[in-house]
Amino acid sequence: MTTAAPRAGDTGSPYALAHLDVLESEAVHIFREVAGEFERPVILFSGGKDSIVMLHLALKAFTPAAPPFALLHVDTGHNFPEVLDYRDRTVARHGLRLHVASVQEFIDAGRLQERPDGTRNPLQTVPLLDAIEKSRFDAVFGGGRRDEEKARAKERVFSLRDEFGGWDPRRQRPELWQLYNGKHSPGEHVRVFPLSNWTELDVWQYIAREKIELPSIYYVHERKVFRRNGMWLAPGGWGGPKEGEQLELRQVRYRTVGDMSCTGAVESDADTVEKVIAEIAASRLTERGATRADDKLSEAAMEDRKREGYF
Amino acid sequence: MIVDTLRFATAGSVDDGKSTLVGRLLHDSKSVLSDQLAAVEAASLRRGQQAPDLALLTDGLRAEREQGITIDVAYRYFATPRRRFILADTPGHVQYTRNMVTGASTADLAVVLVDARNGVVEQTRRHAAVTALLRVPHVVLAVNKMDLVDYAEPVFAAIAEEFTTYAASLGVPEITAIPVSALAGDNVVEPSAHMDWYGGPTVLEHLETVAVVADPAGDAARFPVQYVIRPQTAEHPDYRGYAGQIASGVLRVGDAVTVLPSGRTSTIEAIDVLGEATDAAWAPQSVTVRLADDLDVSRGDLIASAASAPTPTRDVEATVCHVSDRPLHPGDRVLLTHTTRTVQAIVKEIPSRLTLGDLSQHPAPGALTANDIGRIVVRTAEPLALDAYADSRRTGSFLLIDPADGTTLAAGMASTAV
Repeated sequence: MTTAAPRAGDTGSPYALAHLDVLESEAVHIFREVAGEFERPVILFSGGKDSIVMLHLALKAFTPAAPPFALLHVDTGHNFPEVLDYRDRTVARHGLRLHVASVQEFIDAGRLQERPDGTRNPLQTVPLLDAIEKSRFDAVFGGGRRDEEKARAKERVFSLRDEFGGWDPRRQRPELWQLYNGKHSPGEHVRVFPLSNWTELDVWQYIAREKIELPSIYYVHERKVFRRNGMWLAPGGWGGPKEGEQLELRQVRYRTVGDMSCTGAVESDADTVEKVIAEIAASRLTERGATRADDKLSEAAMEDRKREGYF
Repeated sequence: MIVDTLRFATAGSVDDGKSTLVGRLLHDSKSVLSDQLAAVEAASLRRGQQAPDLALLTDGLRAEREQGITIDVAYRYFATPRRRFILADTPGHVQYTRNMVTGASTADLAVVLVDARNGVVEQTRRHAAVTALLRVPHVVLAVNKMDLVDYAEPVFAAIAEEFTTYAASLGVPEITAIPVSALAGDNVVEPSAHMDWYGGPTVLEHLETVAVVADPAGDAARFPVQYVIRPQTAEHPDYRGYAGQIASGVLRVGDAVTVLPSGRTSTIEAIDVLGEATDAAWAPQSVTVRLADDLDVSRGDLIASAASAPTPTRDVEATVCHVSDRPLHPGDRVLLTHTTRTVQAIVKEIPSRLTLGDLSQHPAPGALTANDIGRIVVRTAEPLALDAYADSRRTGSFLLIDPADGTTLAAGMASTAV
């Protein structure tokens, strides 16, 4: 019998737990609460690092059984091919059920209009809410973290959404101790954020400790990119590069993975998880500040999107 | 070396310089990144302010920025080489008591701010009362704006003495008073050059070194069952594991346990920490426990040390903080959530309401409204395995919920099972 218990710390107590063990334990507790309280939970899975860590935690929480959750991918149609490939391999390996909500289908059916700037990030909300309603999901796990953004810093672990999927920051339930209130009326659902207390660095240290595989674009690679609004964007059918924007070959990697139209790459030489951790620890920019065009729109861009049902 | 985590809460009003202190902690520990600072500077300029308003770092909601006040708890994360910190930044005004209670509920330490010019005021006593009520193990009194009282030791000493006496009378176990100037940076991260008479730690030094791990071996073992894991696969045809997070104490293979509320007893056969077998596990680890006997155990049951199992009860006496805008009356039918168990309950009595500022009791208030603290007596439809909150924050706490729409009405701390 091995002892998986954590080591004694410099606090001198043999019962001290390392911070990653505490975060892991808290997230597992949240997954199990949802499994015990809800009928139809689903994990939002984009193939980004946060959703990959969520899935890893869900698998650990119910071992040796399979996690009682399906996956839901909101597909903007502007995906990095490496990420779609990762998604499909992961689903197959773990025998999971994947639901896909397609932004492209909504555009083709005339239910959504393409935006002039080509970005589809804000367009995800309608297909997401449609999938939640059609499949009657009552709990939806998101990988959002409070350290990401100042509106998210005010988010609950269990976040009640009305029948329109909207977030009303003034109607949030106080959340005390580790008692999560998931009660909701028919038509309402609850967004659940197991990584609420994790930082970007925690996520990467956990990926290193658990040896979790990621899509290759998180590590440095050579890519043709062009500069827009201070960010390196990859070319694509969504509308880049425009007149006057020059494609250049650069050594880049992605700090976040989202819709290709608004997710920027950063110049880097990090080809291993250890180098990524060193790079983040030294960075003077937040991951959203460095890589997300859509959050630069206004002071309240994230709050406004969340009010409309965004994750 | 283990890098562990300290969860702490700050309480104080804008006038005490709380946002400045928090901003200073984040800024001087290099936890504010340049794009965040640039956004704050731009927003401050738009508002016509000369210096960056560090409160905008944590006031994340549109309504908060428009009104210049903190409405809701904001969580901030920062780290030093020694420790990681989760900060619950809570508004201090009386109408936001529920938010301070929320922040304090999970805090290992609370920082209470006072203005050195005003000393201990009613709000300070209220904050001390909340930390005592919620059993926050460590309290820091930050006597701020020392620069405005000429860094005078007697001013600090008098305030520290008055607060320490008051907080100790409420049962706060450990109080550390620190003279600071958040604006000038004295004793927040760097030691002050103006207060030679002070030989203690800076705020950050204290946060980095205060001992947060109590000795779980001294606590009674409590394991609320969240979920039953039964793979029913060819590989694991008979596996039946009880999944949960250890609420207090230590579990060891071979321990005699009682399952509540049924009262049946068994022995721990195996403990798995997320897939790896172990001999012992302790709070707050999430584990899966297997018992030697085939008992009927399900979500909501409590596995407790047989030597110190609580006596299940249907009569609960507690202190509650009312957190909803909907008042609570005697006779109200509610749901009560305790650990992983939710049962129907009736509010039998509201014997008194407490004024936090002077700790005076107001008998038979007839109702509790938002932000009130009061005593209640509740009768539940099914027995609960409650501990006194004084013995265990995790198994002595509960929520009252409105069965009509799921609104959280009140946060309760059990006194004793009766």
